[in-house]
Amino acid sequence: MKTIGVRRERRKTSWVGRLLTVHGIAGYLFLYLPIVVLVVFSFNASRYASAWRGFTLDWYVSMLQDQALASAVKNTLIVAGSSTLISTVFGTMVALAMERYRFRGKLAFDALLYLPIIIPDIAMAVMLLLFFILARLRLGLVTIIISHVAFNISFVAVVVRARLAYFDMSLEEAAQDLYADEWQTFWRVTLPLIMPGILGGALMAFTLSIDDFVITFFTSGPGSTTLPLRIYSLVKLGVTPEINALSSLMLLISMALVMLSLLLQKGGGGGIEIV
Amino acid sequence: MEIQPRSRRETRRLIFLIAPSLFWLLVFFLFPLVLVLAISFGQRGTYGGVEWSLSLQNYRRFFDPLYLRIFGRTLLIALTTTVICLVTGYPLAYFIATRPPRWRNGLLLLLMIPFWTNFLIRTYAWLLLLRDQGLINMLWTGGLHNALLWLSNTVPLPVWGRLLEATSTSLSLFGTNGAIIVGLVYGWLPDMVLPCYAAIERLDHSLVEAAQDLYANRVQSFLRVILPLTMSGVVAGSVLVFIPSLGAYVTPDLLGGAKSVMMGNVIYSQFMSARDYPFGAAISFVLMTVMLVGTLIYFRLGTES
Amino acid sequence: MSEQAVQLNRVSKKFGSVVAVNDVSLSIADGEFFSLLGPSGCGKTTTLRLIAGFELPTRGEVYIGQDLQGETPPYRRPVNTVFQNYALFPHMTISRNVGFGLEMRKLPRDEIQRRVSEALDMVQLPGMGERKPSQLSGGQQQRVALARALVNQPKVLLLDEPLGALDLKLRKAMQLELKALQHRIGITFVYVTHDQEEALTMSDRIAVMNGGRVLQIGTPEEIYERPANRFVADFIGETNFLEGQVTAGRPGEATVQVEDSLTIPVSADKAVGKRDVVTVAIRPEKISLHAEPPDDRAVAGVIEEVIYTGTDTRYLVRIGEQTIVTVRQQNVGVGEGASFLKGASIYLHWRLQSARLLTA
Repeated sequence: MKTIGVRRERRKTSWVGRLLTVHGIAGYLFLYLPIVVLVVFSFNASRYASAWRGFTLDWYVSMLQDQALASAVKNTLIVAGSSTLISTVFGTMVALAMERYRFRGKLAFDALLYLPIIIPDIAMAVMLLLFFILARLRLGLVTIIISHVAFNISFVAVVVRARLAYFDMSLEEAAQDLYADEWQTFWRVTLPLIMPGILGGALMAFTLSIDDFVITFFTSGPGSTTLPLRIYSLVKLGVTPEINALSSLMLLISMALVMLSLLLQKGGGGGIEIV
Repeated sequence: MEIQPRSRRETRRLIFLIAPSLFWLLVFFLFPLVLVLAISFGQRGTYGGVEWSLSLQNYRRFFDPLYLRIFGRTLLIALTTTVICLVTGYPLAYFIATRPPRWRNGLLLLLMIPFWTNFLIRTYAWLLLLRDQGLINMLWTGGLHNALLWLSNTVPLPVWGRLLEATSTSLSLFGTNGAIIVGLVYGWLPDMVLPCYAAIERLDHSLVEAAQDLYANRVQSFLRVILPLTMSGVVAGSVLVFIPSLGAYVTPDLLGGAKSVMMGNVIYSQFMSARDYPFGAAISFVLMTVMLVGTLIYFRLGTES
Repeated sequence: MSEQAVQLNRVSKKFGSVVAVNDVSLSIADGEFFSLLGPSGCGKTTTLRLIAGFELPTRGEVYIGQDLQGETPPYRRPVNTVFQNYALFPHMTISRNVGFGLEMRKLPRDEIQRRVSEALDMVQLPGMGERKPSQLSGGQQQRVALARALVNQPKVLLLDEPLGALDLKLRKAMQLELKALQHRIGITFVYVTHDQEEALTMSDRIAVMNGGRVLQIGTPEEIYERPANRFVADFIGETNFLEGQVTAGRPGEATVQVEDSLTIPVSADKAVGKRDVVTVAIRPEKISLHAEPPDDRAVAGVIEEVIYTGTDTRYLVRIGEQTIVTVRQQNVGVGEGASFLKGASIYLHWRLQSARLLTA
């Protein structure tokens, strides 16, 4: 054991190792510098980002008083909440079916289930817009929710299936052996055990829904502006400190979401799920 | 374990589990997809509607040099982005995977935070840095220029003149292909690192030791053992970066300005300003096909090696 | 053994085109310790799952007691299972695990509590109720799985290689414990294993399976001493197989020519005709070695190899031109070494009924 430790020690100080470390630090700097700049400028007293004019919270105050922004947040929460709810239920159901049953046409259905994940969002946006126009559906929150569910089902299904792949089917058999019928087995054994996966999928759906700009943009109508649409129009008008403040706040929220997802995974004892 | 439904009751349950998703995906995904294909053969109506027909005119129009150039640029940008993400992301993943376990989770967490941040905001952050009055130019024409001025006054050397001249005007970073690539790499780097990390972390270290025991030096054991065994991560990561880069709209729109546009922007303008739905549909379909075929080939290559 | 506990009537199970269980019929008596023995993939676990109701037969009938099961789901069958990997619910405490079946059957809370603690006492895990399965050792988990099944007082207990994950010493101890437990509570055990020694040690009767079929059903002694065919003889214990042609046969005894210059005497409980091609099976420990021929039926041979294995010594003996047989002799004495040395010319002898004619 001693010799291995010594060898590791020497390997660490080799030039490859050092290069790797430098690269790692540079990588994280690349990821964080823009964000740090953004946050710093959100506290800048100057309206113009070119110089530091002292610390202020004015931009946060004016952002919080923005009525249009408030309604955008409300719309975003409505869209994300309902699309997450629907897609989590449907996605979990389909994941259960796909992980345990073989049936005719399964391969085709599997492909259909994966397609929304790999198709570029601009293409999906175009498809849905044309469909809604031809179906004469009034563009608005409902069409946005329909569209978000259409891509979120697939993401939820993938995350829940990853969890189910590690699920020991003999646990369900054990429950049925011990006089639990199908419902009791599902509620007492299956659901509690795959709950971390379902919550992970729901969290992912929620994040994707909050984040989505392109598909939302195409399928939205008057009065259904969501937060990303609002940010986009603000950015298009020009860089302002209010956007910096808003961005910093959203950064804080996404950090909280990451922490939450990590806690969920820890609670379930599963590994990190990557999509 | 997958099984065939064993009784009528199980068949009913299977249908119950699948039906909602199947309905949703058929009506709100597959049908619209077929619709786009159908419309792409149609023509633009006089008032912006769709006139159904079976013409290849839209696809022919795609081969107009104007669009071919944009398409070429889109492919180039997407490929460059993927390659940059791969050559920077893989070592980063390797770096994380070789840290002690207690460090690893923290590093992964740090990687996930930007990943979970709104994409618009992440792109916007680069707008702050890259635009003409942005931070980089502020440092270039302000900080660096002043420093050079001071230097040229204290240590007179012929070089300063050229450098002073260069730093007196701002760099045009904004609106270039480079700006788009930086934005895309920034946006999708975690998508490359995470699958690579997962593959590297799964790698059985004794295999590397076995290779070294069998006289492979560090480069050989990387090329012959580590890389092939982590290929699944490389393939997955590349696809995850390539697809959204190919269909990018937000990044070129915010960082590319008027000069540098990609296919996503062309599709957007066909729907939002030109109102030529059939042509927009045709471009979307070409884009989807390129992406699907590319992905399939890549996966095939990845699984073969 | 009075009533039947389980009966399979010409049961087959197909998975797609694969026939996992092929036309199996067997009857297990009440209170019996019955083992399904065979190599992996022989259909023994599928047979067990057909009884439990996790699989439904493609053809044939499964009875538990007097009741035809048909499509009865597992939760309505009066049997309980001890799973190979124990299948303890990881999100429940040991008490909740053991009490799960009683809870599902809506027994009063205090009775559940009483029976759970009795069951934990029975498997010698008192006071472990509040722990989670992950805090227990493999052996302890195994006992919990047993308690969880037995607490329901099933008509039949199904055990799917329950000792497979334990180390050798613990496994041997648990074998005896399980056997004693079964004797005490009198519940029918159906026990699936691929370990022939385990099956021989524990069972009242054994069904040897291969390729989805039952090849032989019998007591351990019957299976070992009178294997029905070559597979059973080969799978249970060690056997020398000699192939040849019958040259002479009279009731009870026959002579088989194995090589040109080698004929051996065998017992024949079936009628065999001259020139029939047959296989002869002789267990290595049934053969004795002698320096001088003890009678005229002895076969001459040369010792090719001597292998010391602790409890006994194995001799590889060449008889005839190229036929090698294994002979095992117990090492009774201490430090005396092998009775015969490599290269020695000796005589093999066996009792007539030890050399059995096999058909397949």
